[in-house]
Amino acid sequence: MRTHIFFIVSLIIGACVYGLAATLGNDYYFFAGYVVLQYVVLATAWNILGGYCGYVNFGSAAFFAIGAYSTVALYRFHPMPIPVDVALGGVASGIVGLGTGYLTLRMRGAFFAIATLALAVVFETLVVNWDYVGGSRGAYIVRPETIAPFGSYIKYLFLIMLVLAIGSITVARLIERSRLGYGFATIRDDELAAEASGVPTLRLKLVATTISGALMGMAGAPFPYYIGYLQPSSAFGLDYAVNSIAMPLIGGTTSWVGPLIGAILLGSLQQIATVTISSAVNLLIVGFLLVGFVIVAPNGITGLVQKYIPHRPLGQVGRRRVKADAPEATP
Amino acid sequence: MTALLDVRNLGKRFGGFVALENIALSVQPGERVGLIGPNGSGKSTLVNCICGTLRNEAGSVHFDGRALDGFTAHQRTRRGVARTFQLPRPFASLTLAENLRIPLLYTVAARGGVLHTADHIDERCLALLREVGLDSKAHRLPRDLTQVEMRKLELVRAMAAEPKLLIADESMAGLTHSEVEEILNLLKRLNEQGVTVILIEHIMRAVMSFSQRLVVLVSGRKIADGEPNAVVREPEVERAYLGQ
Repeated sequence: MRTHIFFIVSLIIGACVYGLAATLGNDYYFFAGYVVLQYVVLATAWNILGGYCGYVNFGSAAFFAIGAYSTVALYRFHPMPIPVDVALGGVASGIVGLGTGYLTLRMRGAFFAIATLALAVVFETLVVNWDYVGGSRGAYIVRPETIAPFGSYIKYLFLIMLVLAIGSITVARLIERSRLGYGFATIRDDELAAEASGVPTLRLKLVATTISGALMGMAGAPFPYYIGYLQPSSAFGLDYAVNSIAMPLIGGTTSWVGPLIGAILLGSLQQIATVTISSAVNLLIVGFLLVGFVIVAPNGITGLVQKYIPHRPLGQVGRRRVKADAPEATP
Repeated sequence: MTALLDVRNLGKRFGGFVALENIALSVQPGERVGLIGPNGSGKSTLVNCICGTLRNEAGSVHFDGRALDGFTAHQRTRRGVARTFQLPRPFASLTLAENLRIPLLYTVAARGGVLHTADHIDERCLALLREVGLDSKAHRLPRDLTQVEMRKLELVRAMAAEPKLLIADESMAGLTHSEVEEILNLLKRLNEQGVTVILIEHIMRAVMSFSQRLVVLVSGRKIADGEPNAVVREPEVERAYLGQ
C-alpha cells in the first residue's frame, strides 16, 4: 500500500476510533485511550532506534520528559496552542537525541543502554534543580474545562494524541520501506559489513536517534495538559522507560506493526487493571508478559506470525525511485 | 602507469604490538595480486587499514590517485574499494537479494548520482545472483545457505558495489577442492571484467594459480614481492612461511 493511501486509511480508522469513544458517552474512555495512544507513539519511536537499528534505549523517559517540560517552560513564558507545544517539544527532544547520538553511538550493547539510562538520570537531576519549571515541587498547568468544537478538553487531547500516533506509525512505516530502513537493518545485523557495503552507519544512527527522540518528545508535550500537575517523578516515571521497551518486544521489533500491537495490547491491559485492580499492578503485568513472550515468542507477536508465512518477496519493499546521495566532500 | 592502489610506509600498532611496519605496496589496475603470510603476519590488519576499518598510525593509502587518509570505510567503498571478510558477515535479517540491494542503494547510486528504480535494482540483484548460481535462493535468508554459498554471497555482495579493487580475504577457507575452483573461476571472471583483485589466502594452490604477483608478509613486515614462482623460492619466504 502506498504511503499516502496508508495515511488516509489510518486517518479513517482514527476517525472511527474517535467516533466510537465519543458514542460511548463517557470521558473516561478518552482518558484511557489517550494513555494507550501515548504508548503507541512511545513504542513506535523507541522501535526506530531499538528495533530497526538494534540500539536499546533505556532513556525513553528522558525524551518524553523533555517534551513535557518544554511545554511547561513555554507555558510559563507564554501559553501556546498545544500543536505548537508538540512541535517545539519534538524539536527540543530531537536536538537532545542528536546530541545523545554523537556522545553515545560509538558504544554498543549494554554500554549504550547504560549510557541512555544515565541520560535520564542527568536530565531528571537538571529538572529537579530548575526552578523555572517547578523544580522538585512540580508545576501546575491550568487547562480549560472545555474547548470548541470538541466539548471537553480531554477529547481535544485525545485527538492530538491520535494524530500523533497516526503520524508516528506512518513515519515508522515509511522508514521501514525506504532506503533508510534497509540501512537501519544493516546496522542491526552487522555494522562492519554495512560500512563495507557503503552504508554511512554513524550518520544513519544519528538520524535514528533524532527521529526517535523527536517523536518521544512530541508524545510528552501534551502530557502536562493531560495530568494538570507535572512533577519530575511523573514525567521521568519508570513506566515510560519500561513500557516503551516492553511493548515493541512483545509486539515484535522488526516491523511498525509490532509496537502498535504491543502498545494496544499492553496499554489496554494496564488501563483495565488500573480500574479493576490497581495501577500498582501495571508493571507486574509487563513483567509477566515479557517473561512469557521471551519463552514462547522471542521475536514477539509479529515474529510468531512471520514464522508461518513466507518472507516478503523481492520488490515488495521500497518500490520507489531512490535518489542518490549528494557527492561527498573530501575530508 | 599510475598505480590503482599505492600503500606508502604503512604502520599500525596495537598497544606495544607492532602489527604492520613500514609496508609499501603498489597494485596496478587490472592486476591479480596474492597476499600470503602465516597467521598473525598482519594480512587482515593491512586489509582493514586499506578499507578504513582500522586507522593506520603511520604512512598513507592512495587509491586511484587520491589519498584515502581520513576517509571512513563506507567512503572508501564508494570510491571503489570493496572487500570480503574472513568469516562471512551477511545481513542475517535480509534475503539474499536484499543483501545485494544494500551496496546498490548505498554505493552504486551514491557514487554515480544515478536514479535507480526499484525494478532496475531488483533486476540487477537477480542478475548478480544468477552469475554465482544463487538466483534460485534470492528470497531466502542467509541462514539457509551452505558454506560455499555463503562465501559466494559475500563475494557477490562485494561485486554489487561495482568496485575497482576487490580484496578477497580468505574467501576459500574451509571449502572443498571443487568449491575452491568455483570461487577461483568467479574471481578470474571478475578480473577479466576489469576489476583489480587482491587475494589473501592460505591455500597455496589457489594463490599460485590465480596470482600474477605475490606479496609475502611476516610479523608485520613485507619480506617478498614479485613473480609468484620466484617469490616462493626465496629462502626467507621458505623459512618464514613454507617451512625449512
